[in-house]
Formats: sequence, C-alpha cells, structure tokens
Amino acid sequence: MTAGAIIMMIFGLLLTWGGAAVCIYIAMKKRDI
Amino acid sequence: MKRETWNSRVGFILAAVGSAIGIGNIWRFPYMAYDNGGGAFLIPYFFALVTAGIPILILEFSMGHKMKGGAPLTFAKLNRKWEWLGWWQALISFIIAVYYVVVISWAIDYIGFSITLGWGTETINFFVGNYLGLTDGPFDFGGFRPLILITAIAAWIINFVVLYSGVKAGIERANKIFMPLLIFIILVILLRGVTLPGASEGLNILFQPDFTKIFDGKVWIAAYGQIFFSLSIAFAIMITYSSYLPKKSDIVNNAFITGFINCGFSILSGIAIFSILGFMMGQSGGELPEKLSGVFLAFATIPEAINQLPAFKNVVGILFFVSLTFAGLSSFISINEAAIAGITEKLYKPKRVVVIWYTVIAMIISSIFTTGAGLYLLDIVDHFVNSFGVVMSGLVEVIIIGWFFNIKILKEHFQPISDFNVGSWWDIAIKFITPLALGITAVMNIVSELKSPYGGYPASALIVFGWSMAICIIILGYLFSRMPWQSEQVFKYYDDE
Repeated sequence: MTAGAIIMMIFGLLLTWGGAAVCIYIAMKKRDI
Repeated sequence: MKRETWNSRVGFILAAVGSAIGIGNIWRFPYMAYDNGGGAFLIPYFFALVTAGIPILILEFSMGHKMKGGAPLTFAKLNRKWEWLGWWQALISFIIAVYYVVVISWAIDYIGFSITLGWGTETINFFVGNYLGLTDGPFDFGGFRPLILITAIAAWIINFVVLYSGVKAGIERANKIFMPLLIFIILVILLRGVTLPGASEGLNILFQPDFTKIFDGKVWIAAYGQIFFSLSIAFAIMITYSSYLPKKSDIVNNAFITGFINCGFSILSGIAIFSILGFMMGQSGGELPEKLSGVFLAFATIPEAINQLPAFKNVVGILFFVSLTFAGLSSFISINEAAIAGITEKLYKPKRVVVIWYTVIAMIISSIFTTGAGLYLLDIVDHFVNSFGVVMSGLVEVIIIGWFFNIKILKEHFQPISDFNVGSWWDIAIKFITPLALGITAVMNIVSELKSPYGGYPASALIVFGWSMAICIIILGYLFSRMPWQSEQVFKYYDDE
C-alpha cells in the first residue's frame, strides 16, 4: 500500500472508532451506560 | 396507554446504530469513497458528519425525546400545522419498507446459495436470469418468484415477531443480537480480505487520496448525501426511537456515538470489500470489476470473487450474506417501527393490533417486488423515494424547525440532560449548513431528473412508479393530518411526565 493510502485509512479508522471510544468513555464516566 | 421505554442506554444506542447501519453501508459507501477522491473523500465526509449528520441526529433525538411521540405526533405537538410532515416521513418509511424487504430476502436466499456456490460461474446471468427472472420491462411482471416471495414472507415474520414483542423484548433484544454479531462478522470478512494476495492493491484504489477532488463541489454533495442517507434521518425513525428514551437520558453524546459507529462501520466495510476487489484484480490481470456498487456488487461481483477464493469459499459467502441480512433486518425493523408508531398513536389502538394489520397490508404490497419486474420497480421506487422523499422532507424539516420554530426550546431541553453541551455550531448547522446542503442536493436532483429521465426507463414507468408515488405520499400525508386524533390523551405525553 502507498503511504498516502495507509495514512488515510488510519485517519478514517481513528476518527470514527476513536471518536466512538472517547464518547463511550465519557458516557461511562458520567453515568452507567 | 403507557409509553414503552428502552431497558438501557446501550439498548437505545444499539437500536439507533442498527437502524443507521444498513445494506448501504456495505454496498454504497465504499464505491462513493472510491469514486470521489478515494481517501480524500473522508475529509468532506467527516465534515458532513459533524456539520449535518450529528446535528440532525441531535435535533431528531431531542424532538422525539421531548415530545414523546412518533413523527406525526411529534410534529403535531410542535405545531398542529406541521403534522403532515410527520406523516410524509412515516409514509416514506412505509414505502422503503415494502421494497427493502425484498433485498433482505435476496440476501437470505444467497446465504443458501453460498453453501453450494449455487450461483455458478456466470454470476450476473444467474442473479438476473435464473434467480430474479428479470422481465423485459417494469410493466412486464412475469409472475411471482416463489423463492423470493417465501423469504420475503420470512423476513416479514421476523419483523412481526420483533415488533409484536415490543420495544424492550423485541427491538432492543434483536439489536443486542444483530449488532455485535454484524460487527464481528464484518471483522472476520475484513481479516480474510486483507490477507488475500492483491488486497493491498484494492485498498490503494480505495484510500489513495486525490486531494484535487476536495475542490470539486460534486464531491461535497456526494459526501453530504452519503451521510444523510446513511444515518436514517428525515424518515421518522430517529424521532420514534428517541421517544422511547426515559426522562433523564443523554441526547448529544448518543448522537455522536451513533454517528461515529455508523461511519466507522462504513470504513470497515470499505476495507473488506476493496481488499476482496483487489484480490479479484490480481486474478484477472489487473482489471477492476465492472460492478462496484449496489445490487450488482453484492449479488454478482462478490459471488464472483468468492468463486476465485483459494479456500473457505462457502464460509466467506455465508458470512457476507449473513452480514447483509443482519444489516438489512435491523434497519427494516426500525423503518416499520417508525410507520407503526405513527398509526398507533393516531388511532389510539393497542400497538399489537396495529402491528398485525400493518404487517398483512405491507406484506401484500411488497409482493409486487417479488415478481419478475421486481428489480426494475425497486430501482425506480428507491430512486424517487430517496431523491424526492427523504431529501425533500429533510429539507422541509430543517427549514421549519430551524427558521419557524424556536430551536432554543430544544437546546434548553437537551443541554441539561446530556453528557456534554453543544455550542453555537449546532444552531449554525441546523439553520444554515443543513438547509444549504439539502437545498443544493434537492435542486441537483430535480435538474438531473429533468435533463435525463432516471435509468433509461420508459417515461410511463417513471410517472407511474416514481413521480406518482412521490407526490401521492405528500398528498396522503396531508390527508392523514386532517383526520382527527382518536384520543387527545397522546398529546399529554410530554417529557415532564
């Protein structure tokens, strides 16, 4: 894979699943999820 | 009548995610990304998620949660004059349900074909000819296709059992099974895909960024369209689902989680699909397969790829079509729930009675899509209900809520109960960005339709199955809104109860 493709794939995965993980972490901290 | 609630926050999130994640995440997103700049498409895509997708999710979650009703009741509570918009959206759901079930039935049938690789070597001919028995045109019905009819009925029965069991025991339980399994299955397919020879070539095609595309307005419209169609917004679902949230429930964070997981699933699907397509390219001397999206990607290109796999052909086939079935069923259930909630509240009848009658009527109507002309009809109805139903009703929704309703009322409702607050970007998104994006999309849809009639179908077919349907559901929506509510009791279900 090219460097550009790898970077964009990681960027996409990090932003979505990373974003979801952060939001779930906030939810768990604030109250029972 | 007591209003049902979700058993847990996880249950609501999984149901909302289950509704958002549909077959389109698997067969539409990867192609959209590939066709609009590859990895560079992710930039307008995420921008659209944050400036339109999540703001509208917050809007619909807060409307449903505050007003405690399906779409017709929610809009009627906001302003009696807007009830027709709720019915329009509920009718859009109904129309989508009657054809969407057939795609689920195809996926179920293909689980069976995967066992023996029953599609043979000519996968397109098998799908179009042997299986669909596609006729010469939309008016040439050619009789029912028994196998499709039977599995469509099976899908209706599954939907019936889930909705008849209620919000907690039905919808929540079903999604707690479907969603984790779906994500697990897509990860298994992805692992198989990326370990195939040539997979990296496919991933290069999908993710290699072409940043010049970012300056192309059409790419931005495609990104907003993908986000909009993918999140189950503007056709009554998210309003209905959030109306079952208990009083003290988060709104903002739930919208973010739903939006992120939906888009994350799309990217996983893209990796899985394009790594398999890359493998196919390797087998055929570097040529990308012709059908890269939609029905033909799922039911012709992927079976062709499965034929060429070195091992575990049947297992990959079964897993792929099970994933389509689960993604389809979870969305299908939500689409029907949105329509049923509206009818139940209007008629003030027990929900189970409505579910029985609704299922019988919808099942009969959907049988037209199990005929030899099913694919033509599905294609036309799907195009018109999305282009002139979902987009237009979404546009009307953000305009009337953003400009003719004090959105501070909604903001004051969801801010105190949410895990974190939203700033003025939400107001700007609802008042300016979403109407602009949807307005441009709507105008482009109309212009494109007038320039060249959709799909090369005869004008008569587009008028009968497309334009008439799109106009009829607006008129019917208005007529339903003129009918009296059987009990004003439903108007007392406010969030302060």
